[in-house]
Amino acid sequence: MNINLTLIAQLLSFAVFVWFTMKFVWPPLVKAMDERKAKIADGLAAAERGQHEQVLAQERATEYLHEAKQQAAEIKARAERQAAQLVEEAKEKAQAEGARQLAAAQAEIEQATNKAREELRARVAELAVAGAEKILRREIDAEAHKDIVEAVARQI
Amino acid sequence: MAGSEITSTEYIKHHLTNLTFGNHPVHGWSFAHNAEEAREMGFWAIHVDTMFWSLGLAVFFSYFFYKAAQKASSGVPGRLQNFVEMIVDFVENSVRGSFSGKNALVAPLALTIFCWVFLMNLMDLIPVDLLPYLLGEHGLHIAHFMRVVPSTDPNVTFAMAFGVFLLILYYSIKVKGVGGFVGELTGMPFQTDKLWLKPFTTVINLILEGVNLLAKPISLSLRLFGNMYAGEMIFILISLMYSAGWVMGIFGGTLQLVWAIFHILVITLQAFIFMTLTIVYLDMAHAEHH
Repeated sequence: MNINLTLIAQLLSFAVFVWFTMKFVWPPLVKAMDERKAKIADGLAAAERGQHEQVLAQERATEYLHEAKQQAAEIKARAERQAAQLVEEAKEKAQAEGARQLAAAQAEIEQATNKAREELRARVAELAVAGAEKILRREIDAEAHKDIVEAVARQI
Repeated sequence: MAGSEITSTEYIKHHLTNLTFGNHPVHGWSFAHNAEEAREMGFWAIHVDTMFWSLGLAVFFSYFFYKAAQKASSGVPGRLQNFVEMIVDFVENSVRGSFSGKNALVAPLALTIFCWVFLMNLMDLIPVDLLPYLLGEHGLHIAHFMRVVPSTDPNVTFAMAFGVFLLILYYSIKVKGVGGFVGELTGMPFQTDKLWLKPFTTVINLILEGVNLLAKPISLSLRLFGNMYAGEMIFILISLMYSAGWVMGIFGGTLQLVWAIFHILVITLQAFIFMTLTIVYLDMAHAEHH
């Protein structure tokens, strides 16, 4: 309980410890804390900027998507139109081809008919002549009645 | 641990005596064997226990904070750094709140005061008999007397308060000049234009302001000393109950627990008050009144 030399010793040590704190403890700690504060502030600002950019990017993406959809729809419509046109053309072509083949067949048939008719005509004439020859052999001279027989054959 | 051969008074007295080394008029330089011898040594004596514990705690604080300061980086802080920074931040906020001037000394001073006073007060929570018993006659035989709470030694609190007082004087004169400081002491609170009244107001002002100025270190040191001394005294009185049967022992144990828990608040509060008042006084020393 006595006031003595301890007082002076304590005063000196107090001064030394305050000096020590002031020199080696306080400045680095405060510096680190301030630096971290600045870092955090920067980080927060960057995060906010990033968020803003993300919103913008999303908007842009939506826009692109919309555009792409529109384009796709357009392309689809065009393709459909083209396909219909192709089908139409093919149909026409087929019809034309069919008509042409039909015409050709008909012509061939007619030709064959004509040919057959010609042949028949020739045969009929021969047959008539042969028949007439048989008849006339008995009755008449073939040479003499030839013009009559031919006139008959021509009437077939 | 009041043994059967010593009385309660002796027990308390023993607990309140510092381990004193000094120049005794009869025995020369030696450790005092009792309180009377310590008193007879006069000024040229030193409280070894006070010095040991206070310096030990201060070294502990310095080492702890120095380590944290060395490793301090602006990256993600570790636990030690987090803890230290929490205290630094708290002190810095207190300084920023109360101190308007610019002075690189005030904040480190406040930090040192807060931590040191807190640690010294914290010793009060160690059971009063534990360390004296371990170091005394029944234990390691190192010291007959041992007071482990440095802030119950008025030398400690007065030394700190006196240091703060010197800083108050230094900054008052540095900021306001000798004339300004003297003017502050003599020109307030009574002011007069009449020349014949001047000496009276000057003397009265000097007395009032002088008391005001001197009250700062005295109140600072006595507040801390008084609180801690009273707290320690109650712990000692409670521990007296342990020698009075097991009923009183249990009652005393409960009391000690309650008082210790309450004391956690007291020791923190006293450290905080000492720090805050130091900041405020230094702020007043820096402030220009006129």
